[in-house]
Amino acid sequence: MTAALSERGTRVRAQARTRGPSGWFAAPALVLFFVFALVPVIGVVALSFTSWNGLGAITFDGTVSWRKVLADPVTLNALVVTGKIMLFSFIVQAPISLLLGVFTAGVQKYRALLAVLYFIPLLLSSAAVAIAFKALLDPNFGLGPVSGLALLRQDWLGNSDLVLFVVVFVIAWQFVPFHTLIYQGGVKQIPRSLFEAAEIDGASRMQQFFAVTLPQLKYTIITSSTLMIVGSLTYFDLIFVLTAGGPGYATRLLPLHMYITGFRANDMGAASALGVILVVIGLVLALVLQRLGGRDRSSSQLDGA
Amino acid sequence: MSTTLTTSPTTTPPPTDQPPRQRRRRQRERPNYLGGLSGWIWLVIIILPLYYVVMTSFKSQVGFFSSNPLLPALDPTLDNYALVLRSGFVTYLVNSIIVTVGAVGPALLVSFMAAYAVVRGRGRFIALTNTVFLMGLAIPLQATIVPIYLIITKMGLYDSLLALILPSAAFALPISVLILSNFMRDIPNELFESMRLDGASNWSILWHLVLPMTRPAVVTVGIYNALQVWNGFLFPLILTQSPDKRVLPLSLWAFQGEFSVNVPAILAAVVLSTLPLLLLYIFGRRQLLGGLTAGFSK
Repeated sequence: MTAALSERGTRVRAQARTRGPSGWFAAPALVLFFVFALVPVIGVVALSFTSWNGLGAITFDGTVSWRKVLADPVTLNALVVTGKIMLFSFIVQAPISLLLGVFTAGVQKYRALLAVLYFIPLLLSSAAVAIAFKALLDPNFGLGPVSGLALLRQDWLGNSDLVLFVVVFVIAWQFVPFHTLIYQGGVKQIPRSLFEAAEIDGASRMQQFFAVTLPQLKYTIITSSTLMIVGSLTYFDLIFVLTAGGPGYATRLLPLHMYITGFRANDMGAASALGVILVVIGLVLALVLQRLGGRDRSSSQLDGA
Repeated sequence: MSTTLTTSPTTTPPPTDQPPRQRRRRQRERPNYLGGLSGWIWLVIIILPLYYVVMTSFKSQVGFFSSNPLLPALDPTLDNYALVLRSGFVTYLVNSIIVTVGAVGPALLVSFMAAYAVVRGRGRFIALTNTVFLMGLAIPLQATIVPIYLIITKMGLYDSLLALILPSAAFALPISVLILSNFMRDIPNELFESMRLDGASNWSILWHLVLPMTRPAVVTVGIYNALQVWNGFLFPLILTQSPDKRVLPLSLWAFQGEFSVNVPAILAAVVLSTLPLLLLYIFGRRQLLGGLTAGFSK
């Protein structure tokens, strides 16, 4: 038996020599991911067909939760709010991040310093950012009254026409630095020779930007946009602390609606149905973005560089 | 191709491979007005709220209601900080440290191993692994809080720090495996071959070849995940309950309820909760920014 074992041992070792690591190297990560991510994904689908108040027994309930969720106008509203925030925050963040990323990638010392300062919002938790802006935007004691401008004297978070834009602004404040960093890194990886060639050809700054920088940043743009768009399905804490979804339902986006349905109204079945909707939207968006990117992400990225 | 090859897998961050004289000439010839203007405007946008938070945190409550929010306090006071420290801040800080280290350390280790398997291994199981983590990137995992709450309660972990550590570590895996494996793919095949010929085991290769070659990526992934976990709010909100299990972001929310109109005290809590990361940032800035740009811009 020992002989058999040792023989097996040498065979495994020989295999390792020629074939590289075995699947066991991936096993710990897979197990962890399986229990706390894959099982929950399946679980959220299963739970959407049950009724459960979070404490008592879970009972199979057919499509009751689904019918409730789909008939509820708040769900539709949450979808619309989510879509608006996704769209607006992309429109605001993408150009600013690109511009700042290109700018801070310059070699001047002060630009590096700016990049260092830009990073600071990333160190704050969303809860901290939300609390800071709540104080800052206070209609009585915030910045608005001080400025003396009537235009800035608004009830920023209490006015349902304005609040969505305020939320988009705060999201941008928090996340533009991160995307700036991504673009900065992307620009720095563009071979200098391309710019030099463009310069010799007499290309202006604008022409260089559109002919060299932008095409070279293609994958960076896809990465950053994917993170922005799929990420906007997960804005929860910021809005939860900043507005709690209000006023009324004005900023109650899908993740927040799911939380409130499940953990405040104790309707875990309906919350799970909302969770499934979130998962599906996320998958569809990621697939579409992947298609737009048109790249096999698992191949080495040195190839086309 | 050669530029990427030399910059990305080594420890030096990408920039400046250009002679200085040429740089200066470029700059003089073409000032970037649009970039410059927006750069400085954005700086103001970033700094103003931070300035306001810090200034206000030193004001007394009376001072807050009566003074101009943008002027420094007339009667600067540390009372707010004392109040926050008396209200359990240290407990929350320790909890945050435990959860962050406890989640990021193991997540880094197992995703490093998994990335190695994905890049160098073969077979159906490994292909499946790769697919699973790529899919994990696309799924907004926050959508699964209800089953996670169920699993955690069934495991008897509700209201414990472990309840925060386990799902946080699991959620960190897809992006970690992706970034680490992207970097590992750039290690030349010959290096693996020569180590194999010398009879090195997989562990030895992992430790003596892959880790040194991917150190910037490991740092990136570590920092990125640490930021996510440290600032995480949703898991603490649904998986813990008692004050002695609170982590910092949740404590800010709780302070908001506790201190209600005492805005300077709430903002002092905001400052204190950010301080540990700010200190880390000041000391590890080069590593952090270099790593993050290298990791995500590939």
